[in-house]
Amino acid sequence: MTTHSDVNPSHGATLPSDPKAHHETFPWKHILGFVLSLVLTFAALGLVLSAALPLTAVIVSIVVLAVLQLLVQLLLFMHLTERHGPATHVLTLVFGFFVAFTIVAGSAWIMFTFHATVA
Amino acid sequence: MLPHYFNHLFVTGTDIYIADVLIILTSLGIVGVLTYFKKWKWLWREWLTTVDHKKIGIMYIIAATAMFFRGGMDGLMMRTQLAVPNNHFLGAEHYDQVFTTHGTIMILFMAMPYLIGLINVAMPLQIGARDVAFPYLNAISFWTFFFGAMLFNLSFVIGGSPDAGWTSYAPLAGPTFDPGPGENYYLFGLNLAGIGTLASGINFLVTIIKMRAPGMKLMDMPMFTWSTLITSILIIFAFPVLTVALSLLTFDRLFGSHIFSMTHGGMPMMWVNLFWIWGHPEVYIVILPAFGILSEVISTFSGKKLFGYSAMVGSMVAIAFLSFTVWVHHFFTMGAGPAVNSFFGVSTMLIAIPTGVKVFNWIFTMYRGKIRFTTAMLWALAFIPTFVVGGMTGVMLAVAPADYQYHNSYFLIAHFHYTLIGGTVFGVFAGLYYWWPKMFGFKLNERLGRWNFWTFIISFNVTFLPMFLLGLMGMTRRMYTYPPGLGWSHLNMIETVGAFGQAIGMMFLAVNIVWSIKYGERDVTGDAWDGRALEWSTTSPAPEYNFAHVPVVYGRDAFWDMKYGKNREKYQVKAKPYRPIHMPNNSGRPFLMSLAFFISFWGFVFKWYLVGGLGLAAVFVFMYLRSFEYDTDHYISVEEIEHTEAAAGRL
Repeated sequence: MTTHSDVNPSHGATLPSDPKAHHETFPWKHILGFVLSLVLTFAALGLVLSAALPLTAVIVSIVVLAVLQLLVQLLLFMHLTERHGPATHVLTLVFGFFVAFTIVAGSAWIMFTFHATVA
Repeated sequence: MLPHYFNHLFVTGTDIYIADVLIILTSLGIVGVLTYFKKWKWLWREWLTTVDHKKIGIMYIIAATAMFFRGGMDGLMMRTQLAVPNNHFLGAEHYDQVFTTHGTIMILFMAMPYLIGLINVAMPLQIGARDVAFPYLNAISFWTFFFGAMLFNLSFVIGGSPDAGWTSYAPLAGPTFDPGPGENYYLFGLNLAGIGTLASGINFLVTIIKMRAPGMKLMDMPMFTWSTLITSILIIFAFPVLTVALSLLTFDRLFGSHIFSMTHGGMPMMWVNLFWIWGHPEVYIVILPAFGILSEVISTFSGKKLFGYSAMVGSMVAIAFLSFTVWVHHFFTMGAGPAVNSFFGVSTMLIAIPTGVKVFNWIFTMYRGKIRFTTAMLWALAFIPTFVVGGMTGVMLAVAPADYQYHNSYFLIAHFHYTLIGGTVFGVFAGLYYWWPKMFGFKLNERLGRWNFWTFIISFNVTFLPMFLLGLMGMTRRMYTYPPGLGWSHLNMIETVGAFGQAIGMMFLAVNIVWSIKYGERDVTGDAWDGRALEWSTTSPAPEYNFAHVPVVYGRDAFWDMKYGKNREKYQVKAKPYRPIHMPNNSGRPFLMSLAFFISFWGFVFKWYLVGGLGLAAVFVFMYLRSFEYDTDHYISVEEIEHTEAAAGRL
């Protein structure tokens, strides 16, 4: 649902025949994504606050919820499946995974080694 | 009941009173001048509401210059305090505040906005675009940065400055050890400015990917545009980590959570970890655009194309990758053990390789070139050896066992000032002198420029070279005074003299700007330096629409090619008739929305949740209004284009 208002089409200097020509549909995808992301967030919070599961189970569950959250963001908001022109977003995505992996795995490694060394 | 620090809302102390008086006088002066010359409407219509990337860039540069003077004053205060042993110019607490604001302001409110400003000015012109991809968002970026910086600076006179260092390490910066609003100012000011930075990163990335002139392939882009592309990617991936870390510490301070506390299962070292996951890419965010500026300046003033173009691009990509894998070198002494420290030590040393490639490429660009020693080129030439000193001492610091000796000593202080001043600031100065005619239509004076350059570079080395020695002699950073008899006194005095010398150097820049506004050489050609990239093909300053015809590009160094190259004839196509140009409308909302953010966050700093909530509500009102705004763009008519082009003598 890109409205033309935020995109500056000044590039080609061509006059569109009718600026309001793009057809409006109700943004079901975005509503669904919004609800899902809220559900996933509060599910993670609930798991931690309720302390009903053992620690390892909680950690595994919130990691799973985080991955689901990632998929919701990528598929429902970030138009992963749509593309015009070269697949630049694939490169960015690969770099994104690299950074995410480095941060998560790196932090876990650093903090666990630190606690093992110091404690 | 009012919070206990309500009674201490206004900070007391002689220097604060002086600051109060100066702030009031300056504000009255600005209001007076604007009213006397009837410029309020002009200010609102031409600047505060603008979405033009060139004007936004200029506003970034003005704000960054103001912050440079503020951060510089902090530096001078520190150097005055340390000039002699057992000095009582500043107390310990006050000194803590001054080094905290010095570091934070110089990195986030001076270096970054200077570079983002120059990117705004030059990058869209270099790729032949008429604006950035999201001009309205660009205005939001600027105003959130601006009000974030203002919020941070407000702490000086209202409530008290943050005092836990620019790194704001937990648990020191937590609510237990650091009550009061100071650290809240840090957290909210940085988060507000961070919104703008992240939006800028996205904006520049989309602009470069989507809006290059027809024919310009990625590998045809000027090197400054390449550096912007890589920097944008770093911003997009690094800044969210800072946002998360700041927000978590905010929860600790405002709502009593225990994420980074010493007790109740908090992990203070996790703050250090998160801070540097952002912090290391951040130092490349502030150096890569400077590398880009350097590449443009050296190539232009050597009259040669850039040596090793693809190696330059490749090394920047390598630096971007590696910059996310080195962050532990900021806290080897945390003690995560030999495996962790060795890994991050080696990855840090690896960065020296692509950086070295770039240094050699700049040198080979100059080799057999016809070098013109303009002020911009002088800054670029000074950059290379200074940055090499900074870089090599960085590799020394990367040796983890040795770092246990250097860590947080003046050796480190000297190292990062050699990279951040010798790299970023020299690069910014080169960029300012280089793009000044493109921004304002006149050149800065070369003679005053050389005074500016030589005073600053000599004083810079006088200030920071002795710091290496002091560090090796055991002086640690952030100490507010020291006893005599340690052999530190002479070197400290020399450094203080150098610091004031740098201030004099900056005065030459100020004088140069004022002098050149009146007498500076006017640039009527648009091509002030016999330039190579497309920004020099339009008028100086560029018209609102940048290019009457969007240029078609046939390869690298497009404008050079247009003037002297083998594709000269292809560029000589008959001018098509003008067509109306589609441009975005100005809007006051980015300014007002950021003002609402400012008021809201100021409320949160003092835990006045009513003010905070009302401010946020106003922010949402502005977002709502924007969502249903349809009249967002307009066309510049052919007559107006003809009029503008004729006035510039280009018809």
